[in-house]
Amino acid sequence: MLPFLVDRYGNPSGSHTVARAAQRALDDARERLARLLGACPGDVVFTSGGTEADNLAVSGVAAGAGTVLCSAVEHPAVLQASLAAGGRTVGVDHRGVVDLGALAEILDEKVRLVSVMLVNNETGVRQPLEAVISLVHERAPAALVHTDAVQAFGWLDVAALTADADLVSVSAHKFGGPKGVGALVARDRASPLRPILRGGPQERERRAGTQNLAGIVAMAAAAEATVRDRERARLRVREFSTRLVGGILEAVPGVHEAVPRDDRIDAICNLGIEGVEAEELLVVLDELGVCASAGSACASGAIQPSHVLLAMGRTIEEAKRHVRLSLGHATTTADIDAVLLAFPEAVERLRPAAPVL
Amino acid sequence: MRVLVGLSGGVDSSVAAALLLEEGHDVVAATMKLWGGAGDSGCCSVGDVDDARRVAARLGIDHHVFNFAQEFEHKVVAPYAEAHAVGRTPNPCIECNRHLKFRRFLDRALRLGFEAVATGHHARIANGGPDGPPRLLRGHDAAKDQSYVLSMLTIGELARVLLPVGELTKREVRARAAALGLATATKPDSQDVCFVAAGPGQGPRRRFLGERIELHPGRLVDRATGVVVGTVAAVELVTVGQRRGLGASALGRRYALEVDAASATVMVGSEDDLLTDHVELTGRTWVGGPLPVGAVVLAQASAHGRPRLVRLTDTGVRYLEGPDRRVAPGQTVALYKGDEVVGSGIAA
Repeated sequence: MLPFLVDRYGNPSGSHTVARAAQRALDDARERLARLLGACPGDVVFTSGGTEADNLAVSGVAAGAGTVLCSAVEHPAVLQASLAAGGRTVGVDHRGVVDLGALAEILDEKVRLVSVMLVNNETGVRQPLEAVISLVHERAPAALVHTDAVQAFGWLDVAALTADADLVSVSAHKFGGPKGVGALVARDRASPLRPILRGGPQERERRAGTQNLAGIVAMAAAAEATVRDRERARLRVREFSTRLVGGILEAVPGVHEAVPRDDRIDAICNLGIEGVEAEELLVVLDELGVCASAGSACASGAIQPSHVLLAMGRTIEEAKRHVRLSLGHATTTADIDAVLLAFPEAVERLRPAAPVL
Repeated sequence: MRVLVGLSGGVDSSVAAALLLEEGHDVVAATMKLWGGAGDSGCCSVGDVDDARRVAARLGIDHHVFNFAQEFEHKVVAPYAEAHAVGRTPNPCIECNRHLKFRRFLDRALRLGFEAVATGHHARIANGGPDGPPRLLRGHDAAKDQSYVLSMLTIGELARVLLPVGELTKREVRARAAALGLATATKPDSQDVCFVAAGPGQGPRRRFLGERIELHPGRLVDRATGVVVGTVAAVELVTVGQRRGLGASALGRRYALEVDAASATVMVGSEDDLLTDHVELTGRTWVGGPLPVGAVVLAQASAHGRPRLVRLTDTGVRYLEGPDRRVAPGQTVALYKGDEVVGSGIAA
């Protein structure tokens, strides 16, 4: 991406030589990414990331006509956009999998958009997108299906899994690209897509504003590298995840997985720890060199109880005891060893009852 | 010592953290996220957390944010509304100190391996000599003294609390902050109740309470004659001792003497009718241990109220130098010996 920040500084919207070179790079990146997403180049709208892609999908087709439905465990980028469009949520079961029965009941010809993510960002749970799409086609033929594939692209064959979805969001930094760039695939049925950013005619009038060319080129390159290495990375992370979760469950009593292994991707391990608040566990793990997460951050940076776990039927108290360990393409055996040492120690430090004052 | 300093985003706690660093302590900062609703004007707004984070970065210390919003709601906000619903006037800052800052926060700090917590309160903790228990004293700056809002602490907590700015005047605190280049140096002091939006008059409190409890119009009844002399828009917003909005009689200004929310009645009378020779106290606490009935101490019924000489009774205190105005039910009364806090109670 560096040349596009230094020497090849052209704006793809211009008409001189430098601009035309930039336009070529943009076209090239669009073609490469489209191929990896199983889409036509013209279907790809570059955005500032997953949130904008999700917002554009929901707001872009929800404008005016029909109900928006999304699962209760969607990323806030979908959930909030859906809420703003007067949408409704569909519940999930204890694993966090969307309740197809409830979806079937709520689907009718007035529904305009159904948004169900491919993989949940907090629990790693996989959603039955194909079943959702069949159900929508059967009960609400006019409705479009959007899927947030932000978390999935690094690990699953998104092109195949989303072939029948009308709208698909991805975000570069989730597969090794830079932060601040993403894309929305919007197939024919989703046209015309109403822009949320208005201004110039960029991105076929679906997203105004000069493209982040360096970021887009880098995203395309990262996507290619990801797809090339995906199967190998998936197997490696599977092995790591087995060792990590198995090791923790063996060493620390009172720990359970939020989602059964078979229902989730291996890269996200969400663990509930009895008798320990996640907020405290994260501080101690951090001291011991382990970066873990919990819930989602609010504007102040405080951790909010996870809406995903609450939707899965956990109480607020239970939700506050869950932490998330994410594995990436760069995770090493040494990293897993380090966590297996640190985690039991951190839990042990925090578990004794509060000191008596 | 390993100290967790509660960084509110204000100037006092910023300087508290800096002083602890200068003294060579191992300092980590944390900001409590207590409230996120409308009217987030106080110690836990997003802007304040940002300020706290910048101060920590400037001082080169780690900074965490603890989400205690749920406990704050249960222990402070809900009881505040419930107390108003029955005509009492609670002091939420004291309940926050009692349940959040010096319990939840302190407990967490100890679990995380800290030996003490520190805050930016203007009060002092004196060590009682070798093996002697710690003592809680007024802050050096009399105008900014906050020992009143800490009066419910006991030696159990005090042994694990540091109040570094208690030795300084507010002016000195601001000068230190400016010298350290802290962005909070010129930040105005926080005012009022943090979860009730700032604003003049009764409006903000009325709006806040109106969303949580039912507000009822009430009658003003003259206690001497039993005659209804007026009305108020919301009996739940009237505080014993209040004068504003109650009108006047031939004998002078009217004061609220008693609030009975159940019958939506406010008894009113003259300033003299408000005088009493004792205060009944509930929820009494003692810093070091109970003082005997008959002990003579000073009682202070508001953050900067005048301390009055009192004698302890079985159930409260009795004024020794003539009667005083009735303390509104729900208000904390702090008990002192000289500059030292010895206990507290809540006016019945």
